[in-house]
Amino acid sequence: MSHASSGPSAISGVGLRKDYGDRSVLRGVNIAVPSGQIAVLFGANGAGKTTLLRTLAGLSRPDAGDVHIAGLRMRRSGGRARDLVGFVGHQTLLYNDLTCRENLVFYAKLYGVARPERRIESILARLNLADRADRRVRTLSHGMQKRLSVARAILHEPAVLLLDEPESGLDTDSVASLGELLQDWSSSGKTALLTTHSSEIGQAWADRVLTLNRGRLVEQTHAHRDGVGANDASNADPASG
Amino acid sequence: MRLLSATFAIAWKDVRLEFRSRDTIVSALIFGLIVVVVFNFGLNRAPGSLGPAAPGLLWVAYAFVGVLAMNRAFARELEQGALDGLLAAPVSRDAVFLGKMLGTLAFMVLIEAILLPVFAVMLDLPALSPVLGLIILLATIGFATVGTFFAAIAAQTRSREILLPVLFFPVIVPVIIAAVEATALALQGGPMLPIWTRWLPLLVVFDAVFLVICPWIFGFVFEG
Repeated sequence: MSHASSGPSAISGVGLRKDYGDRSVLRGVNIAVPSGQIAVLFGANGAGKTTLLRTLAGLSRPDAGDVHIAGLRMRRSGGRARDLVGFVGHQTLLYNDLTCRENLVFYAKLYGVARPERRIESILARLNLADRADRRVRTLSHGMQKRLSVARAILHEPAVLLLDEPESGLDTDSVASLGELLQDWSSSGKTALLTTHSSEIGQAWADRVLTLNRGRLVEQTHAHRDGVGANDASNADPASG
Repeated sequence: MRLLSATFAIAWKDVRLEFRSRDTIVSALIFGLIVVVVFNFGLNRAPGSLGPAAPGLLWVAYAFVGVLAMNRAFARELEQGALDGLLAAPVSRDAVFLGKMLGTLAFMVLIEAILLPVFAVMLDLPALSPVLGLIILLATIGFATVGTFFAAIAAQTRSREILLPVLFFPVIVPVIIAAVEATALALQGGPMLPIWTRWLPLLVVFDAVFLVICPWIFGFVFEG
């Protein structure tokens, strides 16, 4: 099931450091996720998972280090690199008083999506939101809002999808549906990096399992979906000791 | 081209959101009226007899109403983290800033247009003066530009409602002075030369300078 490739990394972070005051959240993280893989990032609360994802998405500027998305340096290429990324955060990044469709039309304009109507219809259908398309976001359940947030993130068909605990607030069927979507995603050569606290999701979805501890990437393990494989010491963070 | 389309998409989104919720329009209108009424009582003058105080009163009301609009513009972006959605998009920070600024400008101009006839009756002003319209437009561009920038900065803090006026009013003082002076001259119906040679150029220069500086610093502050 794995789609690991030996090509250039779709997601690459080198020596990423991020401090908030005198608190170091990321301490020289080196991360690489090859194209076509699903990587799952584990870590305790406060380990730095969200900060790492925001840094990779270009939402937080690292104090040191560089992010490359499909070979494009985030700091230099800015908009072009961000165009390759879809981001699902803890919040939906949506407007409560716009309808589902209006939210997606708005983001389609920002991302320059060609023929957005067809794309929006198909994506709403894929995420089982077609019958809610003209309902305001405010009226949707938390799970539906989360699904719409995923729709927003994949609307422009980015090469890289970053998801921060995407399963939170979703029922079992929706989690399974999201898993299928990610499998299709990697099958088409695209890449995803997600954080989760669920070891079941890690085992079921991941080609690669990463563990972050106190701002350091301490382990990178190749995995076979539905089973964790061997440790890949060569990819482990050198700073982890 | 992408800059323009993104700018208008963001501005149109803000206008649509405002018309859908109407919370800021209603509160801003009520607040503007309250300011005029309170000043009437405070100055112990009958409505329509405020004379030289009228231009200052008009611009105090507009400035306070503007702060309400600016605070609300970015509060909406924080509700579901939508500001991250804007910043993660492949559009320049200039487009984000200009879109937010245009949305605020449209909203402020609408509120001012509604309040002006009311003020004209209460303060005995000639509301249908083209020169007054130009003064209001130029000053409001300055308000919206500086206000959008500081609202974006203040939105990153917990005390945003307090911080915005503290940052905004000291910087906007030249606009308020020019607007009040020009409005006074326009309402007096006397010589218009100082308006065209002194106060309007000051407003134009202020707008031009801050329309360059604010997007540039905004881009630096919000660069990921």
